[in-house]
Amino acid sequence: MTAQSSTEPDTARRLPPPRAGNRRRPRPRGPRTNGRTAALYLAPTGIVLLAVMAYPLYQLVQLSLYEYGQAQASGGAPLEFRGLGNYTALLGDARFWMVLLNTCGFAAVCVLGSLTVGIALAVLASRVRWLPRTLLFLAALGAWATPAVAGSTVWLFLFDQDFGLVNEVLSGIGLESMEGFSWTYDRFVAFALVAGEVIWCSFPFVMVTMYAGIKAIPGEMIEAAALDGASTWRTTRSVLMPMLRPLLVIATIQSIIWDFKIFTQIYVMTDGGGIAGRNLVLNVYAYQEAFAGSSYGLGSAIGVVMTVLLLLITMIYLRVQRGVGEST
Amino acid sequence: MTTAVRTSTRHGTGRRGLVKRPARTLAEIVAVLVAAVVAFPLYWMLLTAFKPTGQIQSTDPRPWTLSPTLENFRRVFTVDNFGRYFLNSVVVAGIVVLVSLLISFLAAVALTKFRFRGRTVLLVMILVAQMVPVEALTIPLFFLMRSVGSVAPWFGLNHLGSLVLVHLAFSLPFAIWMLRGFVAAVPDELEEAATLDGAGRFRFTWQVLFPLVAPGLVAMSVLSFIHAWNDFLFAKTFIISATENQTLPLAILVFFKPTGNDWGAIMAGSTLMTIPVLVFFVLVQRHLVSGIAGAVKA
Repeated sequence: MTAQSSTEPDTARRLPPPRAGNRRRPRPRGPRTNGRTAALYLAPTGIVLLAVMAYPLYQLVQLSLYEYGQAQASGGAPLEFRGLGNYTALLGDARFWMVLLNTCGFAAVCVLGSLTVGIALAVLASRVRWLPRTLLFLAALGAWATPAVAGSTVWLFLFDQDFGLVNEVLSGIGLESMEGFSWTYDRFVAFALVAGEVIWCSFPFVMVTMYAGIKAIPGEMIEAAALDGASTWRTTRSVLMPMLRPLLVIATIQSIIWDFKIFTQIYVMTDGGGIAGRNLVLNVYAYQEAFAGSSYGLGSAIGVVMTVLLLLITMIYLRVQRGVGEST
Repeated sequence: MTTAVRTSTRHGTGRRGLVKRPARTLAEIVAVLVAAVVAFPLYWMLLTAFKPTGQIQSTDPRPWTLSPTLENFRRVFTVDNFGRYFLNSVVVAGIVVLVSLLISFLAAVALTKFRFRGRTVLLVMILVAQMVPVEALTIPLFFLMRSVGSVAPWFGLNHLGSLVLVHLAFSLPFAIWMLRGFVAAVPDELEEAATLDGAGRFRFTWQVLFPLVAPGLVAMSVLSFIHAWNDFLFAKTFIISATENQTLPLAILVFFKPTGNDWGAIMAGSTLMTIPVLVFFVLVQRHLVSGIAGAVKA
């Protein structure tokens, strides 16, 4: 994506293009500089982003270097610089590693799940006629549109220990042990339930994106491949996949970003992180440490770790993808 | 989706002769079944919202009800000040949409149609800003809003303005990125024609460009709206004591009680929270798809 963002080579910014031929859209006139108007147009965005994003980001890092508890937050006590103290405390805490593992595992399951379901349904939607496809899209849009809180509460109710439909149906078909089964008690069952809800509301994005990609592929291309004697599998692998790769990369990155920092679903469905915090993920952990435990410094350190990890994962993924894209 | 119909019939038969009729029928049955499964939680939510309490708290739940009632909705609106919360959510999401529409459009125009020093750097920064996990900023933002509140109470903690500010900031990077594709698709010749006709840069931006990128603006608005409407974390963090300024997600959680959850009210509240987004989504779904495709191509 970074490569695409700089469609204009750096030199073309101010100088007239030396050769118009290697630019996608040659401009008839030399490019003009509109510094003042541009600054005017960009000012509102710049102010908001600086104040509410860049500055807090800087503050997050700063806070993570201090001992910042209730005494400091309520305004009285002086700040105590801890250096990397919060980080060493974090890294030495077994709980942190558990939460980190939870987060990565949970996010991986959610990402893989929504990609698999989304792609499968996009392919399915491209193979059926109008009515089933419309039904499929309406259902997917419904799941997509459902706010996280509403989705969480419905899933909780469906899987409720006493009044839930799922337990009723399962015990009705002979699984007697499922009567009164708690879906939020066991650590992994609870995670699976939350993952189910997350996949339910995030696969539609993948599906819609991939469907748009499939539709954008000219039919002639597939016909040509078929005429050349390529099998369905071969066509999918050598014609469709390369064309869909950019979209797939975007869908994957979006999913990683979303699922790595899940808050609402975990908070609502496991009641703030599960029994004894065993269903905590990084985001909920940071929130609990800061606002329930009044350790704002430590909470900020968790926030920094989360941000860095997310950026690292995204970059590694992009790097790997670019490598793969070049080799094929 | 009408365009999709035509292409698909073409694809369905001509594109791959390999998809035979029985295979397609099977695929269609699967598609309908999947649609039913995916839509089921929503159906269950709606159904429960209209069920009388006795049927909700039954160990033998049925997928229909013969005695629909508005009792749950009445409880939601009378016991709890739900109407107020609903309005709060509308106000926050509405302002975020309007303001982000205007300023992200301006930014997208500047970044696409103007050439100036540092443009590439700004573009990369917008891209990086999209990757910042804004949830990690909860703690510093909490303190920021606290200090803002002492200067401008409307934007401080416990006030809706704080929520507007954060959601505005969080929806901007993606909105700009998405709109860029739409603005870039407007041919430069149009601008030259407009200039020849005597339109200034300002008039060109608002009278020519703005209507032309409308589909992108619609898609962008929907996403900003949903972002702000669905927010739980910041509403929970910022609105601490002023219950009259709470938004919908928190209001729903009030009905989770240690003594037993009021599922009827929870489902009624969830229904009320879902319906506006759902309507919005279905109305603009075509723009949404093209909008995402546009953002992707950009």
